[in-house]
Amino acid sequence: MTTPTFSLLHVEFLAWAALWTLGLSAIAFVGGGLLGFGVMLARIGPSKLLRRAASTYIQIVQGTPLLILLFLIYYGIAIFAGPGFPAILAAGAGLTIYASGFLAEIWRGCIEAVPKTQWEAAECLALTRWQRMTRVILPQALRIATPPTVGFLVQIVKNTSLASVIGFIELAQAGKLINNSIFEPFTVFMVVAAFYFAICFPLSMWSRKLERKLNVAGR
Amino acid sequence: MTYTFDFSALLPYWPDFLWGAVLTLQLSAVATVAGFIVGTLCAIGRADGSPVVKAIVAAYVEVIRNTPLLVQVFIIYFGIATLGIRVSANLAAMIALTVNVGAYTCEIVRAGLQSIHRSQVEAAECLGLSKPQIYWHVIVRPAIERVYPSLTSQYVLLMLASSITSQISAEELTAVANRIQSGTFRAFETYIVVGLIYLVLSFVMRGAFTAFAQAAFTRRRKLGTTL
Repeated sequence: MTTPTFSLLHVEFLAWAALWTLGLSAIAFVGGGLLGFGVMLARIGPSKLLRRAASTYIQIVQGTPLLILLFLIYYGIAIFAGPGFPAILAAGAGLTIYASGFLAEIWRGCIEAVPKTQWEAAECLALTRWQRMTRVILPQALRIATPPTVGFLVQIVKNTSLASVIGFIELAQAGKLINNSIFEPFTVFMVVAAFYFAICFPLSMWSRKLERKLNVAGR
Repeated sequence: MTYTFDFSALLPYWPDFLWGAVLTLQLSAVATVAGFIVGTLCAIGRADGSPVVKAIVAAYVEVIRNTPLLVQVFIIYFGIATLGIRVSANLAAMIALTVNVGAYTCEIVRAGLQSIHRSQVEAAECLGLSKPQIYWHVIVRPAIERVYPSLTSQYVLLMLASSITSQISAEELTAVANRIQSGTFRAFETYIVVGLIYLVLSFVMRGAFTAFAQAAFTRRRKLGTTL
């Protein structure tokens, strides 16, 4: 019997794992987006207590490594919810918290980039706080927010690779598994890297294109 | 289910935590300095180099920025080993972090270089400054001063990302934590403590960068304004 080498079978396995990477990214983006939007609203809201709480939350999330966050959730769930908790939920929760901390801060910058006169005009028209936000500020902020948000999506996709440390089988973990069986680390991880590149590069290009379009339009 | 927190089990390990923090800072410091040099040179190459240099730098930046650090660490650590060169985990971690942050630095510094007005360079040429002088005084230093806040954030993120190198058992804070939790069976508490240490480290690093800016950018200190 010959020793197994890297083959199409492995590529197929990696392609399946890439789907899990995409799925986990989607969970993190949607969850992180919703949570991050709430945190952002609290961060710029009228209540001083909420503002302080949101800014503390952002600082903690941005000041600790995602790896530590994932370990905390992994072991925390094992302690408080018992064993048998699906890895995708633990990984999804960790990445959601991570994404929310960064998206909240990115979006706050975008909301504050809307000229102050727009806020004042909305106030003069006697719009309520909610109306001002949804009818005046958000539509304008959305345009500013799209390029950095797509850019952050790349960070999310890359950081899903850390879910491998808590046993979730996505691209990086699949690469490790293949490497453990055939021991060709260079080939295996190069192919894994190529998969990530194939996902992230178009997103990066898209983000850059959006940014250029915005700059031209804003001039 | 009730769970009683027991941080006292970690108390005997405080020198290990401290040592881990020192190692993480060391690793980040080396990667920051080396990555800054690599990144700045790449940015200059991408701005003023020959088409070949420009293409190489562009490819380097895109490949690094669009693949995860974890995979880069694996490729450098295991990949170099299969090529027949043995490197220690710590050295591989240092190389991987430098290569990684060099690409990000390149992008940031490039934005700074682009913000330098052409007339500045022309004025410097008229004053008879030599090419190295122009680069240092007129282009690179003001450019770095402008993008300094972005660089600071990037290097703090690098410090946090250095935790990833624990996956190839490089010696740093997260690796120390992994060892402690497997000895004490107090995983949750260990990672809370380590998370707090990282938080402190990121504050310390931001403070150090602000202090460095005060020393390095004399114009800002004297006039109280940025460029």
